[in-house]
Amino acid sequence: MERAIILAASAIGAGLAMIAGLGPGIGEGFAVGKACEAIGRQPEAKGSIMSTMFVGCAVAETTGIYSLVIAILLIFVNPLLGML
Amino acid sequence: MGGISIEGPKILFQLPFFGGLNITETVVTSWLIILAVFILCKFLTHNLEKIPTKKRQQLAEKAVIMIDKLVADTMGERNMAYAPYIMTLMVFSLLGSLVSLLGFRSVTADLNVTLTWGFITFVLIWRAGFKANGPKQLKGLLDPIPVMLPMNIIGEIATPVSMGFRHFGNVLAGTIISTLVYAGLTIATQAVLNIAFPLFAIGIPAVLSVYFDLFSGCIQAYIFGMLTMVYVSNANAPEEA
Repeated sequence: MERAIILAASAIGAGLAMIAGLGPGIGEGFAVGKACEAIGRQPEAKGSIMSTMFVGCAVAETTGIYSLVIAILLIFVNPLLGML
Repeated sequence: MGGISIEGPKILFQLPFFGGLNITETVVTSWLIILAVFILCKFLTHNLEKIPTKKRQQLAEKAVIMIDKLVADTMGERNMAYAPYIMTLMVFSLLGSLVSLLGFRSVTADLNVTLTWGFITFVLIWRAGFKANGPKQLKGLLDPIPVMLPMNIIGEIATPVSMGFRHFGNVLAGTIISTLVYAGLTIATQAVLNIAFPLFAIGIPAVLSVYFDLFSGCIQAYIFGMLTMVYVSNANAPEEA
């Protein structure tokens, strides 16, 4: 019984953790949109705009990756089951 | 989990040091990659000529010039000594991710690997800072007021941890989603056609593989090298008067 409760709670927790995927999605979309505007305005600077955008996207993605790691831990490793 | 198994790297054998040193898939694959890169370097650079006529020397020069230009643009001319390390990091990271195309487990889908690279970056950042500023570098931890010391220490430690987790998370997410799609397609074949051969699993996952293995692997290698360069060059930036 306890096991079932913990498993269910872990599944819900993993789902809730992935809500954090919203933030990077919005942030990266914004960054890419601005990069497109910048390329449209100044096509000759495409190379440096693209590389800056990729690095910025990678940094913005960090929070999403943290939530992903937590969700993976909850589903596949589940440290809470060991506490029974 | 319902017949789908997603595990860490398997332990292949143990070395009898320090009470049993586990040698995992990651270590073996890493050494295979190192061997492959070594052979590639030997092949590309034997019999060098002053004016290149052979394709392979032109290829090698092109790659080196590309990385040199990237380092010069990002870190400035004063940091050209880092170019070999950046190239090593990028090549190892790229091959470590792309090795999954050959059926191995990605080297970078092991947190030990990416966290170690993050730790190397951390050491490089502090070494560059101490070289540029001397002991004054430690005073930066007390900025802007000494009460912020714990916050600044956490911030410094977060840099390598976030770099490691970012690369690890991206590659591992690709591995897990691919595994789930393969399992799902196998079940779907059984349910629809009622045959044991996973017919639907041919071709369809290749689309995912292009994104998760090729694109994600290349981008993450580039980003890891880029972030290392940015952090290190920030640490030894010349003081603005």
